[in-house]
Amino acid sequence: MTSLYEDLSNEAPSNVPVRRITFTVNGEKKIAEVEPRLLLAHLLRQGLRLTGTHTGCDTTNCGACTVLVDGKAVKSCTMLAVQADGHAVTTVEGLATASELHPLQEGFKEEHGLQCGFCTPGMMMAAKALLDENPDPTEEDVRWALSGNLCRCTGYQNIVKSVLWAAEKLRSQS
Amino acid sequence: MYPSRFRYEAPRSLAEAIELLVSGGEESKVLAGGQSLVPLMKLRFAAPELIVDINNLPGLDYHHADPDGTIRVGALCRHATLERSALLAAQQPTMAAAAPLIADPIVRNRGTLVGSLCHADPQGDWASVVTALGGYVVAEGPGGRRTIPITEFVTGPFQNVLGHDEIAVEAVIPAPKGTPAGGYLKLERRVGDFATAGVAVALETSGGLVTRAGIALTGVGGSTIEAIEAEQALVGRPLTTETIEQAAGLTAEAARPKTDHRGSAEFKRHIVRTFVVRILSRVDGTAERAA
Repeated sequence: MTSLYEDLSNEAPSNVPVRRITFTVNGEKKIAEVEPRLLLAHLLRQGLRLTGTHTGCDTTNCGACTVLVDGKAVKSCTMLAVQADGHAVTTVEGLATASELHPLQEGFKEEHGLQCGFCTPGMMMAAKALLDENPDPTEEDVRWALSGNLCRCTGYQNIVKSVLWAAEKLRSQS
Repeated sequence: MYPSRFRYEAPRSLAEAIELLVSGGEESKVLAGGQSLVPLMKLRFAAPELIVDINNLPGLDYHHADPDGTIRVGALCRHATLERSALLAAQQPTMAAAAPLIADPIVRNRGTLVGSLCHADPQGDWASVVTALGGYVVAEGPGGRRTIPITEFVTGPFQNVLGHDEIAVEAVIPAPKGTPAGGYLKLERRVGDFATAGVAVALETSGGLVTRAGIALTGVGGSTIEAIEAEQALVGRPLTTETIEQAAGLTAEAARPKTDHRGSAEFKRHIVRTFVVRILSRVDGTAERAA
């Protein structure tokens, strides 16, 4: 069980109100005791050591912290961890299998979809939500779906190409 | 960043949620989509002692039309649902135009229309849309339900008329008597930024004449602005180049823009005028097209 409250406070843990939550992350059942004010991004990064989810702006703008909750893209810096109770969370770590990259990851590699890589996990998760809903998106669809994710390096051209590459590969596999 | 400490409850029924708000006192706050409240709490602009998370309440994620055409949007209906709504696409052009322009696609997955109205940000898009449509909010508290017109619901920037023990459960758009027409246009520097200027137009037409007109503005004053003179100038008249230009001019006069990093006051007024012309010129049945 993950307990994540002691690093938010100097108070004795016994004084801190905690709630026990049950949820899944990348298909694995997790039980955590969390302070209600803990954000989902912090539970993932510090509590579960899933540091693929990045916190960028911390103000709901940049989308670097995007994860899927019940298949929908959400900004995990703007959702309380307690709200994940009973829900299924997918992070960027949930994309690849032990032996194979996910087509989105391959696409970002093939089309040079990243430079510094900080925005990449959020881009991939927003793209995953898009491709799950629309397997054959136009370039415009991709740009629209990624319009809540900021990249300061690439100018977005190759990110869009990467997602379209992944879409094609996923279609060819199905 | 993380919020200051609060007590958290996630009730399973509306009655239980209201009881919690009653017992929680003035420093209680309802959490729905959280896309404005959570950032405010992280920045410590808001520090509620009790959060009542209504996301587990059953039956509030709807949007539907009554047989007479009244549109009802429940407190847990997300922007993304409205963006994909066949109902709005068919029946309510102003809302259908606004939904895809709210924040960004990821925020739209969680944020709610009713929450946006409650948040009462003067820059909020839905407040303009619901004002133009003459809509209202239904709130439930320990004393029962009450209906509050949107113009009375918002009392100031980030302030609404709700008591601490009341929950806004539904936004309502009255049934149109004529054919609904209109749209929403917003200029923003990038997706997710506050509006440089936004214009909501909600008309009803009948027999070639405008029978009802609602025009409201986002981001060009310290509050949502209803362009009442422009509305009155349209009612009872056909949409022609002349009436469209007149309404656009009166709307621009109603705007109270300030020069800031998003643009000069003059520029924003120009955008308002242009948006009114664009929306009205696209209304079906317009005899003459304006520029």
